[in-house]
Amino acid sequence: MHLTREEEQMLNGKFGAGTQKAMELLVAIGDAYDAEKMIPIGRAHAASSGQEGDLYFVELLADGGTRCRVPTSTNPVYDIEYFHGMFDVPKDEAEVARRVMEAYERVGAILSWSCVPYLSENIPLYGEHVAFSESSATPYVNSVVGAYTNREAAQSALAAGIIGKTPEYGLHIRENRKGTNLIDVRASLRDEFDYTLLGYYVGKTIGYGIPVLTGISRPPNTEELINFCAMSNTSGAISMFYMPGHTVEASTVKEAFQGDTPKEKITVTDTELTEVCEELQTTDEKADFVQLGCPHYTLKQIAKVAELLEGKKVRRDMSFWVCTSATTKVLADKSGYTGTIEKAGGHVVVDTCIDEPCWIAYKQKVGMTDSPKGAYYRRFKEARLARLQDCVEAAVGEKRR
Amino acid sequence: MKPMKTSLKCHKIIGGYGEGEALVSHEPICFYLTDPKTGIVREKTHELAGKNIANKVLVFPSGKASSVVQIDGLFKLASRNIAPKAMIVKDVETVLIVSAFIAKVPLVDRLEKDPFETICTGDMVKVDADKGTVVVEKLKP
Repeated sequence: MHLTREEEQMLNGKFGAGTQKAMELLVAIGDAYDAEKMIPIGRAHAASSGQEGDLYFVELLADGGTRCRVPTSTNPVYDIEYFHGMFDVPKDEAEVARRVMEAYERVGAILSWSCVPYLSENIPLYGEHVAFSESSATPYVNSVVGAYTNREAAQSALAAGIIGKTPEYGLHIRENRKGTNLIDVRASLRDEFDYTLLGYYVGKTIGYGIPVLTGISRPPNTEELINFCAMSNTSGAISMFYMPGHTVEASTVKEAFQGDTPKEKITVTDTELTEVCEELQTTDEKADFVQLGCPHYTLKQIAKVAELLEGKKVRRDMSFWVCTSATTKVLADKSGYTGTIEKAGGHVVVDTCIDEPCWIAYKQKVGMTDSPKGAYYRRFKEARLARLQDCVEAAVGEKRR
Repeated sequence: MKPMKTSLKCHKIIGGYGEGEALVSHEPICFYLTDPKTGIVREKTHELAGKNIANKVLVFPSGKASSVVQIDGLFKLASRNIAPKAMIVKDVETVLIVSAFIAKVPLVDRLEKDPFETICTGDMVKVDADKGTVVVEKLKP
């Protein structure tokens, strides 16, 4: 890979040890893919996780005295204070989370602690080159926004945010953004829950590629797109997709395939979606708690929860959680949604991912969620999977099932 | 008996030198699904299930699974000094590169011959990523 004089100096340590480490990683990636050069990026999103590997790299950069050169947002870890008041989270695990969050602050990241930063804290533009890790974020910004990103790891995205550049390879090059598989959707897609099931099925079936979906007549809304992205990039490695007519980059199927023929054609009906739901649900026993917000709930979803919980009470033998971003919670507070949910006995919690040690109290419990991704990475024993309305109904229901 | 020695060119991804006994997997590997204390593959349906990847030269097609778990998995092995000594792959992807970088495990691809035809489990393999060479010693003819 050709490096400019300044990039060479970064690699040789002239800009400090932290910048050097970030550059070393980007050069290794660029060389692996035979990238010709580095290109500037507008922003980055690091899928921080609060795990040991994450801690090692971000502390290496922070201790090396470097800072992000472009806006770089962060993924949720967990709200340490909130959970420590409630559960007995192991001290060493909490210490890792605390150090991770502190190190991201030291490198000057946007402390969004949100897995949907593209909605409010760090919004890519159409045609902008960026480095966005996180399962929903990568396909969302490529497909819905029309920005350009590869399927980054937390560390490669952070390194790109530090340097303000990324190697030019993969989805940064237009010819590599062509469709690979044609998906004919014959299933009825009522809400975001159906889109999560569709995403799970598509990701699992094609594994790796750029699906082109046809047959979707009603334009999908924001929440439906977020959930399709999150799921297809969890069960598979789907960095980009097309829904010609609904997504920005290609208005026809032909354009999406850039003239090539699809490698494979799949039809999805209601049967496949029902099977996915059954496969992911591990029990039909009564749940001990409901956990919503994987990916983080939007304001619209929180409003829906508040509407469903209005004037009701969560059962004494259950607890009820909604995870969202701090930004969204400010508006949920102002709009009265948080108040309604809390009055019913539910919690609205910020900065928190469902895959964190803070959920230790539920290790042996049955959890109910509307998120296949949440069920897949669960920190609890058994999972029930259902649409939001059914989750709320189970939480306020009088009788044991 | 004198071992048969083959020297092959390769392409460096993550530099360094590592040597050890080869362990070949025809399936992609997720490091999170190995026991972090021993290096034994825990994924029940995997062809390496029950085998130990600690200190081996690992030959496999590519990585798999989400970036968070893959990187953490290899990092945990490395922090106990039981990561593979080197890794030879066919297809690289960003997550595997980051994993090897963080765990400081030499990683190469583009062997001049198909690694699955030239290397067998049990061969002694020396990977010099910086020089771009892989030396395979076969103890059995």
